Amino acid sequence: MNEMSKTNAAVMRTPLGRVRGLGSAKSGTHHWWMQRVTSIALLPLTLWFVVSMLSLAGASFAQTRAFLAWPVNAVLMLALIGLTFHHIAAGLQVVVEDYVRKDMQRIAALLVIKGGCWLMALVCAFAVLRVAFT
Amino acid sequence: MATFTLPKNSTIGQGQVFKAEPGAKDVRAFKIYRWDPDTGDNPRTDTYELDLAQTGPMVLDALIKIKNEVDSTLTFRRSCREGICGSCAMNIDGLNTLACLKPIEDVKGDVRISPLPHMPVMKDLVPDLSQIYAQYRSIEPWLKADTPAPPDEERRQSKEERAKLDGMWECILCFCCSTSCPSYWWNGDRYLGPAVLLAAYRWIADSRDEYTGERLDNLEDPFRLYRCHTIMNCTRACPKGLNPAEAIGKIKTLMVERQG
Repeated sequence: MNEMSKTNAAVMRTPLGRVRGLGSAKSGTHHWWMQRVTSIALLPLTLWFVVSMLSLAGASFAQTRAFLAWPVNAVLMLALIGLTFHHIAAGLQVVVEDYVRKDMQRIAALLVIKGGCWLMALVCAFAVLRVAFT
Repeated sequence: MATFTLPKNSTIGQGQVFKAEPGAKDVRAFKIYRWDPDTGDNPRTDTYELDLAQTGPMVLDALIKIKNEVDSTLTFRRSCREGICGSCAMNIDGLNTLACLKPIEDVKGDVRISPLPHMPVMKDLVPDLSQIYAQYRSIEPWLKADTPAPPDEERRQSKEERAKLDGMWECILCFCCSTSCPSYWWNGDRYLGPAVLLAAYRWIADSRDEYTGERLDNLEDPFRLYRCHTIMNCTRACPKGLNPAEAIGKIKTLMVERQG
């Protein structure tokens, strides 16, 4: 309805034909559910992260390395990274789907978001592993 | 992008002022959105002053009085004047509701009236509802079953099964909810909106219906269903006190449930 030009161009099509459109995508549930699951998982993880960082304030590199080299901390940190970027990508996707109307623009924006989040997650994970295994 | 400002030909100007008759005791101004497709003019706000002592208690009474006694060109839909037909849905004092159920007394100061938001306007307070009716049609709001009905009686339903339909069968399709929903404003061409999703869940929840899975299939879509972000405007607007947001939440729960 925002794109009146589009509506006018398709004006000979019946309203029911327009509403049925290309049919149901038969997806969206996984995306919606994972948004909830990641947010629940991130509650304790983020809390752990903040507490850990505060306790490491002023620590030397050797102490920080020792912290990350402990397997539990390294695994939790990787989990935090994976879930955070998954959650960011899912959340931004909702914003884009809400507000970007043109199909090609929307697809392009979603690709940029997903690619960006993937890359940043890999960069973060690589940094953690590198410090942990130094 | 979504459009956040009105196009030039939609900006609303000042209209006429119809003064109350001299000697009126309890004067209240009704500021009403007017647009006539035949003139090509921009929309305007006309002000009608009425003597509340001479007017019925509801906003619809005021509109009928204006049309009968002040300005017969004012155009709006109305029929039952008791909250059953859903015709007189409009935005009154910033909230979508039925003019026939809204007491004038509940509004402080001027009574501002405009059509249901973000729908194409046909004239004055009359919106074009053809798309939303088509969306209602698309969820197939009728009983679908392969098992033939018993020859001599109705399809059986327990009291508990019937009770699940309470809070949904009461919907009168006035679309106060859908037109109050920002998600429906931005993506109304693909998002079904609260009224239609409430109707869809009414049939999903009906124990006599045998097409629950197909109904869920048709809703499982990032736009048709998942544009709902539980903003809750729908539930706040509903003049019948129903809760479309809860029905949408139940649909989402069923979607997760059937995945295993």
